[in-house]
Amino acid sequence: MSNKHAIIEKNSILMVVLILIVVSIGGLVQIVPLFFLKSTIEKVEGMRPYTPLELSGRNIYIREGCYLCHSQMIRALRDEVERYGHYSLAAESMYDHPFQWGSKRTGPDLARLGNKYSDEWHVQHLINPRDVVPASVMPGYSFLAKTKLDYSNIGNHLKTNATVGVPYSEAMIKNAKKDLESQANPDGDDSDTDALEERYGPDSSFKTKVVYRDFDGNAKMISEMDALISYLQMLGTLVDFTKFNEKATIR
Amino acid sequence: MADDHKGRVDELSGVETTGHSWDGLEELNNPMPSWWLYTFYASIVFAIGYMVLYPSWPVGGEKDHLKGTLAWNARDAVNKAVKDAAAAKDPMVKKLMATDISAVRNDKALARFAGRSGKAAFGDNCAPCHGSGATGSKGYPGLVDDDWLWGGTLEQIQHTIKVGIRSEHDETRNNSMAAYGDDELLDKTKILNVASYVLSLSGHGKEVGGDIAAGEAVFKETCVSCHGPEGKGMQKQGAPNLSDDIWLFGGKPADVIATITHGRKGLMPTWEGRLDEATIKALAIYVHNRGGGQ
Repeated sequence: MSNKHAIIEKNSILMVVLILIVVSIGGLVQIVPLFFLKSTIEKVEGMRPYTPLELSGRNIYIREGCYLCHSQMIRALRDEVERYGHYSLAAESMYDHPFQWGSKRTGPDLARLGNKYSDEWHVQHLINPRDVVPASVMPGYSFLAKTKLDYSNIGNHLKTNATVGVPYSEAMIKNAKKDLESQANPDGDDSDTDALEERYGPDSSFKTKVVYRDFDGNAKMISEMDALISYLQMLGTLVDFTKFNEKATIR
Repeated sequence: MADDHKGRVDELSGVETTGHSWDGLEELNNPMPSWWLYTFYASIVFAIGYMVLYPSWPVGGEKDHLKGTLAWNARDAVNKAVKDAAAAKDPMVKKLMATDISAVRNDKALARFAGRSGKAAFGDNCAPCHGSGATGSKGYPGLVDDDWLWGGTLEQIQHTIKVGIRSEHDETRNNSMAAYGDDELLDKTKILNVASYVLSLSGHGKEVGGDIAAGEAVFKETCVSCHGPEGKGMQKQGAPNLSDDIWLFGGKPADVIATITHGRKGLMPTWEGRLDEATIKALAIYVHNRGGGQ
């Protein structure tokens, strides 16, 4: 072997420049070709941004670190598809900032948890998981049911998401508080579920579904439990797989 | 550090040194071990072969990316794996769908197939509420006893799994136990009395402390239309038997009073759509076999 490397090793500036060149080649090779792809996200029907209540629930999900034990990513493997349902699509987390794919499953995957169990089950399970699943090692989150949801700044959460590309309209941001109350407390005084549906539901440009009810069984208060369960009950339920053209997504 | 990097030859090993010297410690200039070097070259060759065979390089435009000569992709692979597994089960699934549900047990192999499919589906989907042993818990009926809310025959169980109870299914099983206290249909004394009467049907009437005879009168007036004149319930309407000392929402006086006061609305999701027909049929057979099937 020649001893030419001694020139580089003895000249720190030259070494820094060469390191930068090598690292940028590695980076560019991975990043630049992606700019030439039309899209890495498949076209699907039914995806919409989170409603204000669901977004609050999602924030609680992140705050409590649920992602440390639960993934939201059904991989394209037979055993996962048979247990959890259709493999996850990129489109299903396109409005997630940040996404909740997770990397560890102490508990089961939650990507298609929505509608699988009743609200009451979720309340019991979140208060004390061992009441319904004796072998569970999940901690209890009983305080969620007793804690009033703080949604004073929910409009700003929508706005922030809008700045990173989530299609929240002006009206959605303006009416965020009202929509949140309508979804969690559809029988309440200021409730306007028609407006909620018009913005997020079948009548909206997203042509999808939005469910509204008293999620935690306590109509007197909009609790953190309401928000979290509304989020959990919509997970994986938006995309209409009967209209999903799988062939077109296999590239 | 020595300035010239031409080192001297070490006398003991006969290897040239790098010429670096730290407090008299010198460094032998040994080459890379050849096994390491050749593994490194082999991995470069492997990477080139991998790029040719598998999807590798985004190129944009119509072609999108280089597909590789094997044209492999993860979504095709999983679809094939699921299809292959389904094809392996297909003869049994077809037989299960063609066989009348009550006749499945006559075919030993088919019964075993249904039982095992049912068990797997139960663990994934039903155990979180009904318990891994199907024993149930407060609010979630046990499936191992002979007390059935909506009927315990194979067909009835199959239908319940399919449509759910108070679910989003159009034909869902549905009824409502009114909130007699919350809606002020009965006052507190009447609720106490009727709870006493109801618990007396299973021999626990005295534990409540109300007037059993007065409770019976309230019961005859209010409850018989669903629960029947003797409190034996009515499966057609999903009205539970109150005389068998099996309680879905607890049989302590406080539980029964709470049930009458606030009503109860248990929910079982519909499984049509989420599970295919054959799985639902297998589940019904599995549940029926837990011991309580009628």
